[in-house]
Amino acid sequence: MQHTIIESKKGKGRFDFKEFIKYKDLLYFMVLRDVTVVYKQSVLGFAWAVINPVFSMLVFTIVFGRLAGVPSDGIPYPIFSYAALIPWTYFSNTLNTSGTSLINNSSIFTKVYFPRLIIPLTPVLSKLVDLSISFILLLVLMIYYQFFPTFKIFLILPLIVLLVMTAAGMGSWLSALALQYRDVKFGITFAVPLLMYAAPVVFPASLIMQKLGYKIYLLYGLYPLTGIIEGFRAAVIPSKAIPWDLIGMSAIGAILIFTFGLFVFKRFENRFADVA
Amino acid sequence: MENIAIKVEHISKYYRIGLKETKYDTMGDAIVGWLKKPIRNFKRLKSLSSILDENDDDVFKAVNDVSFQVYKGEVLGIIGKNGAGKSTLLKLLSRITEPTKGKIEIYGRVASLLEVGTGFNPELTGRENIYLNGTILGMTKKEIDAKLEAIISFSGIEKFIETPVKRYSSGMKVRLAFSVAAHLDPEVLIIDEVLAVGDAEFQKKCLGKMQEVAGTQGRTVLFVSHDMSAVTTLCNRTILLEKGAIKNIGKTFDIITEYLQKNNTTESLLDIERIKGDQTFMVESIIVSSSENTYSSAMSGRPFYITVNLKSKLADEEISEVPIVDMRIENNVGQRLFWISNSLHANQTAANKKKIVFYFEKCQLVAGLYNITINVNYKNLTVDWLGNIADFEVVEGQYYDTGKLPPKQQGNFLLDFKVK
Repeated sequence: MQHTIIESKKGKGRFDFKEFIKYKDLLYFMVLRDVTVVYKQSVLGFAWAVINPVFSMLVFTIVFGRLAGVPSDGIPYPIFSYAALIPWTYFSNTLNTSGTSLINNSSIFTKVYFPRLIIPLTPVLSKLVDLSISFILLLVLMIYYQFFPTFKIFLILPLIVLLVMTAAGMGSWLSALALQYRDVKFGITFAVPLLMYAAPVVFPASLIMQKLGYKIYLLYGLYPLTGIIEGFRAAVIPSKAIPWDLIGMSAIGAILIFTFGLFVFKRFENRFADVA
Repeated sequence: MENIAIKVEHISKYYRIGLKETKYDTMGDAIVGWLKKPIRNFKRLKSLSSILDENDDDVFKAVNDVSFQVYKGEVLGIIGKNGAGKSTLLKLLSRITEPTKGKIEIYGRVASLLEVGTGFNPELTGRENIYLNGTILGMTKKEIDAKLEAIISFSGIEKFIETPVKRYSSGMKVRLAFSVAAHLDPEVLIIDEVLAVGDAEFQKKCLGKMQEVAGTQGRTVLFVSHDMSAVTTLCNRTILLEKGAIKNIGKTFDIITEYLQKNNTTESLLDIERIKGDQTFMVESIIVSSSENTYSSAMSGRPFYITVNLKSKLADEEISEVPIVDMRIENNVGQRLFWISNSLHANQTAANKKKIVFYFEKCQLVAGLYNITINVNYKNLTVDWLGNIADFEVVEGQYYDTGKLPPKQQGNFLLDFKVK
């Protein structure tokens, strides 16, 4: 017989993995809800998943590629920036939705108990659909530039795992913080676009090595988006070597962020209903 | 231990309530205060979740040291005024919020219903919402698959099941939502006043379904409600909460009687300015009650007393006859319902000439709010008059002892009748 004990854990509760598995169907239906609802009653529907990175690519190609002459490791600028924009768009969309997810779903978790972690994790998974769709244009670009995929393309899968871990860690951390301090919600809106310039989206990571040396370059890898973006580029561009050093650092960064995010979330979880 | 379903031990929940903002006298103070505001805001927001010390001024004890047990198969009611801590207690039991102190143990699969239709998304179809709402309530996809047909047919909206919920009427939404809830299959069910929604017919259906859940299947149910008739029908035992603590626990009938001891009485009427009469007699108070000597609010089908206390300028021995007290009762929409007076009775030899008690064997008013207009005559002169002065409430009660009542808004009175 099931035996539930309810008492004050004062934020020291452990992550109940078994319970989380019990609620996996809820996670599935929440993700399904997000995917079904997001483009309802819009004319272009899922095309929006491509439009967003495509327009950024066009603007970046003109402004940074042509006007500013930012180097791109000898790769044509459109595919150079688009390969970076795929993970970046996913990351920024997820942070925006996941960071405010507890605020937006407070009417649910103040009425029913279920593992709260499902709420910030839902956008982390549902935005993967947009991510997959945005690959379509990448294929078009690859054909246009006659970059035929090699075995390196499979690198994308572990990179997506790192990306999901980073987004999950940041998303759950920010969502917990934003529920109590609404400043975080406003902070996300302005900080996320800035974070893009910290990642090698419009410039190559090699620029950091050139200007600041190898050590700084490695440290820079701890920002998980660095290794992920450079890895994405290497995966689709035959001439670019896989930057294992950066990816390794980014894997460490992603694991740290993931663990830290879940830990903070767990610490705050018991008071969500009281501060919402 | 064997037959206990829920064990609550010394459970408390404290909240921090906002303290008054500081006021500034000078402009300088105001500017400094304004600059420091982010710091104060941060402290205030942080304090929302800080460990609470029960001696702090701004600590509100929503639930304070509550202990009780619920046995397996028992239907326990929880009643109490607004703010008595019912909802907080339910939130603690359903793990929505963590207790400040104490421990609760629940044996068996729990489901709690603090609201129906949690997480309904207007863009999704009825069917999609059944799955979403069902999993939120703790069911698995497999369980819902198995019950889907039953859920849809109980809701009675088969035709619209593929329509987005935003096109539903509010009644349809409630039907669908309750239908999902009714098909939860828990061993312990914690339920808030979710019956207060929906049309009367569907409410009856739900009440029936709940009774089925409670009675025949031997489920343990914890039921919070304002609806005394529902509590009377469903619960064997009831807890009365007051100011976050248990006032009493016992047989439902006794507890409800005690709960109704909420005084349906007006405070002193002596201070009100009079427009008529010379105040030889003044109405001091009017008490509406379901028993003669205690303050308890009226309930349909139970005894009904209206006691009028008078104050007189005259000394007791100077009062030669019983004053005539006339009363007009109106409902809250201003309909005049009836008029009574002690002059309608021949017997005017009350022992206490300053206390007139009107006794009705059974309160025949339907549940609702009423008010009294009173007129006092002494020796054929109006000595006191007060218009729409005493509000009282009649609580829903089992007039016919069948668990059934006429639909709301279908008349003001309950009458005795037989069907031949």
